[in-house]
Amino acid sequence: MSAIISAEHVDIGIDGKTIVKDLSLAIPEGKVTAIIGPNGCGKSTTLKAISRIMPYSGSITFKGRDIKSFSHREFARCLAILTQSPQAPADLTVSDLVEMGRFPHRGFLGRGSSSEDQKHVEWALAQTNMSGMRHRLLSTLSGGERQRAWIAMALAQRPEVLFLDEPTTYLDICHQLEIMQLLARLNKELGLTVVMVVHELNHAIQFADFVAVIKAGSMVTSGVPKEVITGRLLADVFGVQADEFICSNGQRALVPVDLI
Amino acid sequence: MENKHYDGTEAAARMGIPRSLWRAGVIGLFLLAACCGVFFSLTKGASTITFNEIIEILLHPGTDPQSQIIWNIRMPRTIVAALVGVNLSLAGAILQAVMRNPLADPHIIGISSGAGLAGVVIMILFPALEYLITPVAFVGAMVAAVCIYILAWKNGIKPVRIILAGVAVSAFLSAGISGLMIFYSDRVHGALMWMVGGLAARSWPHVHIILPYAVLGLVLALAGAAYLNVLQLGDEMARGLGVNVEITRIVMTAVAALLAASAVSVVGLLGFVGLIVPHAARLLIGSDYRYLLPAAGLLGIATVTLSDTFARVIFAPVELPVGIIMAFLGAPFFLFLLRREI
Repeated sequence: MSAIISAEHVDIGIDGKTIVKDLSLAIPEGKVTAIIGPNGCGKSTTLKAISRIMPYSGSITFKGRDIKSFSHREFARCLAILTQSPQAPADLTVSDLVEMGRFPHRGFLGRGSSSEDQKHVEWALAQTNMSGMRHRLLSTLSGGERQRAWIAMALAQRPEVLFLDEPTTYLDICHQLEIMQLLARLNKELGLTVVMVVHELNHAIQFADFVAVIKAGSMVTSGVPKEVITGRLLADVFGVQADEFICSNGQRALVPVDLI
Repeated sequence: MENKHYDGTEAAARMGIPRSLWRAGVIGLFLLAACCGVFFSLTKGASTITFNEIIEILLHPGTDPQSQIIWNIRMPRTIVAALVGVNLSLAGAILQAVMRNPLADPHIIGISSGAGLAGVVIMILFPALEYLITPVAFVGAMVAAVCIYILAWKNGIKPVRIILAGVAVSAFLSAGISGLMIFYSDRVHGALMWMVGGLAARSWPHVHIILPYAVLGLVLALAGAAYLNVLQLGDEMARGLGVNVEITRIVMTAVAALLAASAVSVVGLLGFVGLIVPHAARLLIGSDYRYLLPAAGLLGIATVTLSDTFARVIFAPVELPVGIIMAFLGAPFFLFLLRREI
């Protein structure tokens, strides 16, 4: 398993306060990676540092190249990020939003081949099953549809890696599954590397190939979810007692039953 | 910025009007309004000149009095009014995206208070240097804007810090203006006119001052439209899409500062145009800056030329400062928007 992104000895601080300390993480290429950990442990911060939204010290490389050596647009063509509950003007339509995903492919002053752009926009809409809703206003969509529209925007960037910060927050269980299955399909069919911060640990077990566990700004452990995410880990990292079940599809599931 | 109603675009969508057609229609309407404004501004006034006469004078400039009125008084004044309308509207529209705040306008970056104090200092302390008021006001506006930027800087620029620094600097400078007006209460007339903003006696030299900034600002604003659009998704998403948010914010704020400072230094502190016009244009045409900027510019031309014509004829031969008319029209309209949106 080769790493597409490697972070080594990374420190991340905000206003002089250290959030993440000496964190090393290798993200496997072409796989789905889940980052889990308690609230405020630095999961989102790590995601933002690797996607250059937030300053950091240490070394982060994309395919062996220091990510600081990329130009802003060049990097946005390699890696797309969907932050938690992003905002948009209320009169934006789905296709307006997805077209913005083409921004890093256009030259200064927005020059570029628009038929080429249109092709990628169509493709991104089709991949997320949003083609029929392209003229809808973003503000009139349901939570699940809106999240798919944002994923379509990220896909229109034609990235090799897609980062998502809690992509299923605020969604009902049906739409949570829908988004997870969409990401799994994009990973399988396109070979897209997916990295997501998730709170629902059973999603990590079911959909991720690799999991990184962060607590208090440091990496606790990482590896194959089936082996890493256990009742013992939940006790150590989250302080909850969880029971294990085997689901009808053979997957393991953990249900937290009490605080420790 | 979320959960705001965009009556125009939404209504159009409900009625099944394609957005491209709707946008073309709105821009056409604003263009018509701008043409009407320019036309009334040229024809109405102390002496009324008909449309045919105007055409005749424009085609064959003569030495008769009417020709002189058009070429030396009304034409430059109309051009200044139009350019001031464009500059303030574009500056407001840009700042609303850069600050991610629908209520941002050129006041927020200190343009008005900086130009205001500089102008009042010249008028009250150095009345003999009144011919220098435009360049000095321009410098004052830019110095205030740069001060606010420096004060708001802390590992980059956050819109809310700019807004708060702007409030503080503006309050400080306004205290200076009030102090001067109280100490020299015998000389406040000119200063008051300056604070309200007016187009009386604006002529060709003023056109030459404002024109280069208007052209440069318009070009840079349109070049930045795609960046402004992406900035509306928030700093983090904009960075993720490959926008250098800090640089974009600095450059576009500087463009807005140049546009507003050149306008304000020529006509004084014209309130409300920079806030109301972009807002009204946004209501009708939506928040895509590729269309919003031209629409706001045209509506700015219409607003200032029509208000100025109104200010000239309503109590003719006495002329009101256009700023008074604009605040009278602007404030109720603003309240109307406020009631609809919040």
